[in-house]
Amino acid sequence: MSMGTVWALLGAALSALLAGAGSAIGVGKAGQAAAGVITEDPSLFSKVLILQLLPGTQGIYGLLIAFITLTNIGIMGGSADMSVQKGMLYFAACLPMAVVGLISAICQAKAAVASIGLVAKKPDQFGKAMILPAMVETYAILALLVSILSIFGVSALA
Amino acid sequence: MPEKQYTYAVARIRAKENALLNDAFMEQLIGAASEREALSLLSEKGWKGRNNGSGESVQDILSYEEEKTFDTVLSMVDDPHAFDVFLLKRDYHNLKAAIKLTVSSGQIDDIFVEGGTIPVERIRTAVSQQDFSSLPDAMAEAGKEATDELLHSRDGQACDVIIDRASLRAIREAARSDHNSLIRRYGELTVALSDIKTAVRGADIAKDMTFYSRALAECDTIDIKRLSEAACLGRDRIYDYLENTRYKDAVEKLKRSFFAFEKWCNDSLMDSIRTELYHPFTIGPLAAYILARMSEISNVRIILTGKENDLPDTMIRERISKTYV
Repeated sequence: MSMGTVWALLGAALSALLAGAGSAIGVGKAGQAAAGVITEDPSLFSKVLILQLLPGTQGIYGLLIAFITLTNIGIMGGSADMSVQKGMLYFAACLPMAVVGLISAICQAKAAVASIGLVAKKPDQFGKAMILPAMVETYAILALLVSILSIFGVSALA
Repeated sequence: MPEKQYTYAVARIRAKENALLNDAFMEQLIGAASEREALSLLSEKGWKGRNNGSGESVQDILSYEEEKTFDTVLSMVDDPHAFDVFLLKRDYHNLKAAIKLTVSSGQIDDIFVEGGTIPVERIRTAVSQQDFSSLPDAMAEAGKEATDELLHSRDGQACDVIIDRASLRAIREAARSDHNSLIRRYGELTVALSDIKTAVRGADIAKDMTFYSRALAECDTIDIKRLSEAACLGRDRIYDYLENTRYKDAVEKLKRSFFAFEKWCNDSLMDSIRTELYHPFTIGPLAAYILARMSEISNVRIILTGKENDLPDTMIRERISKTYV
């Protein structure tokens, strides 16, 4: 296996790892808040569950990028040999999702926790409460797009 | 050091805040035709006392609400001393009661308040045996000084002054060392407003500088030397001094009545904690909830006492402080 493949694999691993870790932290934090509300008012379970799950999407995006990278570099079938330069390009392509995934999941969790507090006090404002943390998702999606476009761009290079 | 996060507890408190009594309900209570009707309204809100409403006095019901509040909030935090700053007044009240009982050889038990940071029995034993070593240093010192004062001069007010100042100092010290800004604000506000109250009351009965030097506790937002000098010259000088402090709004209330001032003090505390409604992680909302509940219980006590004594609604209303929600 060449050094290029090692770089590409490292990018895929970081993408799954950092975005997944961010989501785990985020869902855990929002889960604590959700549990606090359910302790007092179990009828709010479905509403707070949706808010708790919002920071979980970054982990899925990270997994998607890792999967696409692994497919493109031939780890999941085919030849895995590539130049160091190309491997580093794959690595760079994975970085947006890895870094933004980690940070946005944690930030989204903070907004989700605040929204869970809002729902606890005003359950009828659930729609608005959901939009606020969902706004953070925009940046995770942008990073996902950049990573996908970059990976396909790199794979098209000779 | 970053402040510890209380995500679960704050979310739970948010849900519990829905059960706090709001202005509309307070108005309904004030409008109740009798104490019995007011108690019935409170019962619908779950204020039923330990035995679910059977044969309990108003005091039992209110004490149970206080106990429930502390039990609930303390069950959500891992530090059982996190809210000691709110309980110190009880300890010093018990110290004062124990000293007076011991010196007068009385046998009254229901003047003690349970639920402080120090068991009542330990305070009573320390005072009766004149061995204050089992109490915290500041409390022991105040207890010894107040006991000596009462034994020598038989002046109950001098004893009160010593214990009250020690209580304020203890609150300030406990608050100042806390990581949370709300608790620090609470400590400062409690001491400053108490100093103003003492100065005004002292001015009304022409107390001298010696009294103020023993009664006023140090704080950051009031210069007690200047307040004492002003108080020696009368209320108007106190107003002049307060006009140049952050407590200038108190002047108008003091000119109106002492009740208006006391209401303003409670309202100021509620205003200062209201920012905690928007903090999702810190211990602040938990502390704010305790203060909100204490204020709520105090309001209910005022209303029920007013109803029991057939006071006019307007008189009750002017003593009711703002609600948190």
